[in-house]
Amino acid sequence: MPEMTYREAVRDALVEAMRADEDIFIMGEDIAEMGGSMAVTQGLLDEFGAERVRNTPISEMAIVGAGIGAAMAGMRPVVEIMYEDFLTLSLEQIVNQAAKHRFMSGGQVKVPLTIRTQGGAGWSPGAQHAQQLEAWLVHIPGLKVVYPSTPEDVRGLLWTSIYDDNPVIFFEHRLLYPVKGEVPAKLEPIPLGKARTIREGTDVTVIAMGPLVHRSLEAAAQAEEEGISVEIIDPRTLQPLDEDALVASVKKTNRVVVAHEAVTRMGFGAEVAAVLQYKAFDYLDAPIERVGAKFAPLAFAPVMEQFVVPHAEDVLAAIKRTVGK
Amino acid sequence: MAKVEKKRALTEETLREFLREMLLIRRFEEKVEERFRAGDLPGFLHVAIGQEAVAVGVCQAMDEGDIFASTHRAHGHTLARGTPPTAVMAELYGKIEGCSHGYGGSMHLYDVERGNMGANAVIGGGLPAVTGAGLAFKMRDEPRVALAFYGDGTTNIGTFHESLNLAQLWKTKTVFVCENNHWAESTPGWQHSPVSDDMSKRALAYDMRSIKVDGQDVQAVYEAAHEALEHARSGAGPVFLDVETFRMHGHYIGDPQVYRSKEDRQEAADQDPIVKLRERLGLGDDEFGSFDAEANEIVEAALIFAQNGTDPQPEDALKNVYA
Repeated sequence: MPEMTYREAVRDALVEAMRADEDIFIMGEDIAEMGGSMAVTQGLLDEFGAERVRNTPISEMAIVGAGIGAAMAGMRPVVEIMYEDFLTLSLEQIVNQAAKHRFMSGGQVKVPLTIRTQGGAGWSPGAQHAQQLEAWLVHIPGLKVVYPSTPEDVRGLLWTSIYDDNPVIFFEHRLLYPVKGEVPAKLEPIPLGKARTIREGTDVTVIAMGPLVHRSLEAAAQAEEEGISVEIIDPRTLQPLDEDALVASVKKTNRVVVAHEAVTRMGFGAEVAAVLQYKAFDYLDAPIERVGAKFAPLAFAPVMEQFVVPHAEDVLAAIKRTVGK
Repeated sequence: MAKVEKKRALTEETLREFLREMLLIRRFEEKVEERFRAGDLPGFLHVAIGQEAVAVGVCQAMDEGDIFASTHRAHGHTLARGTPPTAVMAELYGKIEGCSHGYGGSMHLYDVERGNMGANAVIGGGLPAVTGAGLAFKMRDEPRVALAFYGDGTTNIGTFHESLNLAQLWKTKTVFVCENNHWAESTPGWQHSPVSDDMSKRALAYDMRSIKVDGQDVQAVYEAAHEALEHARSGAGPVFLDVETFRMHGHYIGDPQVYRSKEDRQEAADQDPIVKLRERLGLGDDEFGSFDAEANEIVEAALIFAQNGTDPQPEDALKNVYA
């Protein structure tokens, strides 16, 4: 199988989708000539032109809201919010409008809009450019929320998100863009709501998202040296959530760690823990461990930033606690 | 400010039709007030009594295929665009037969078949969407226009400014209809806007064409809206329609209007667009009375239809969350 970076995989999904359907267009800040602040959309202006690759003003409410209107008028826009911290500026449009038009109309309207955004710590951008806010969006009925961790998944899931008839918030992680991975020669759409088993194991299940999938792989390798067999599951889509896959793994291993880069408190791991204690209560041999960022905004100084965000060793420590080591 | 060109002369017969439509909206909203005060209707409601000429003038100027977004004060726009009064009343009663099937209510009236893409209860909430829809019409080269109604209070919120900026920048096929009724809920224009005397100045900041019109004169509204729509339809860019109108009642039904002087309420009452149109058409009591009786009859029938409508099942509340 060929290799792609996560960045190339996002770009490839956009290109393939835009080639396949003229109703798909993209808009966002600095996405045209500059190719996006993360260089994801490089080359798209040349291929598709300024009508379909639209540089916008710095205007998040209008970017998302115009996407909603174009979607309601029959197109499939993909809009980019440069940093997920800036989703805050467009939340009214996402929460009150995109998520609710179909419902409030009694099913008359659909909003096939994809909102791509990215974030994440690890490069000292400070408190307003590195948050992980995915859990907020999962709380809103009417939205779908996707957070892929590998090139293959980001490619297949972005395609599916674009063709989904609902608003999808599509989270990418800044540190994952250069990560390489094998991808199918021809893009294979991946259904929303299906978890992926990243690694099979028998003693502990780590349910990890985004960069924590990769950090959990490191932790699992170390755990194996100590005789602990770790299974890693990536939900990939947070809404809809593949509860069955998570429950099935926990029934096998009887121990769980949930891991994400977002702040632990009220993070997505809290929901996963609640689901599992209810659906797999009798199978749990240890308290569910949660790994996430400490409860503070992200500091600028690297030493402070690194203290707050979770690392492989944090996952490993949590794994060990579940097995009493 | 552009001068209104009279592109389509309205016949007296058409103006009579407009009057009947305005009367229907008036009687409909009066009935809604009555039934709400009687405790029949859930939620809370906003009527646009005094603003009927705006709804009828603008909606009659729209073409088939044009779409619009409305506000919390949406009964008139929805009726004027042709949604049956039965379906609107049924929605206010939360019935399946309602135009949003009981999911929306007074502040979320939809009728996609007739281009109503939703009344919005967030001030300015629908403006970015009509910008995007107008963009889609332009990209697909469709002869359609997306239009938004909103009030003077909306001109202070971010979505308004972001939408006007983007619409003008991209020359979207959009018309922004500002119904300046001089009140943002209980706050008068002079307290909420530095340009309350001339809302068109807002458009000036975005280099957008604006057309100013007397919102109590249905013919003037119709002609101005027609001109705005055709300008946008041609691809020449969006238009800001600055419509001065008067809210004869409170912000919501039951609003005691303690913030409003008797003189101000009288001034609004003196601007009744139905009285003005009746005088202009020189309608005697007999003819006007027959129009009125007809409107009341339609409203009564809508009421009976709604009261006998079908209640949704409680678990229907979980449907339509996703497509």
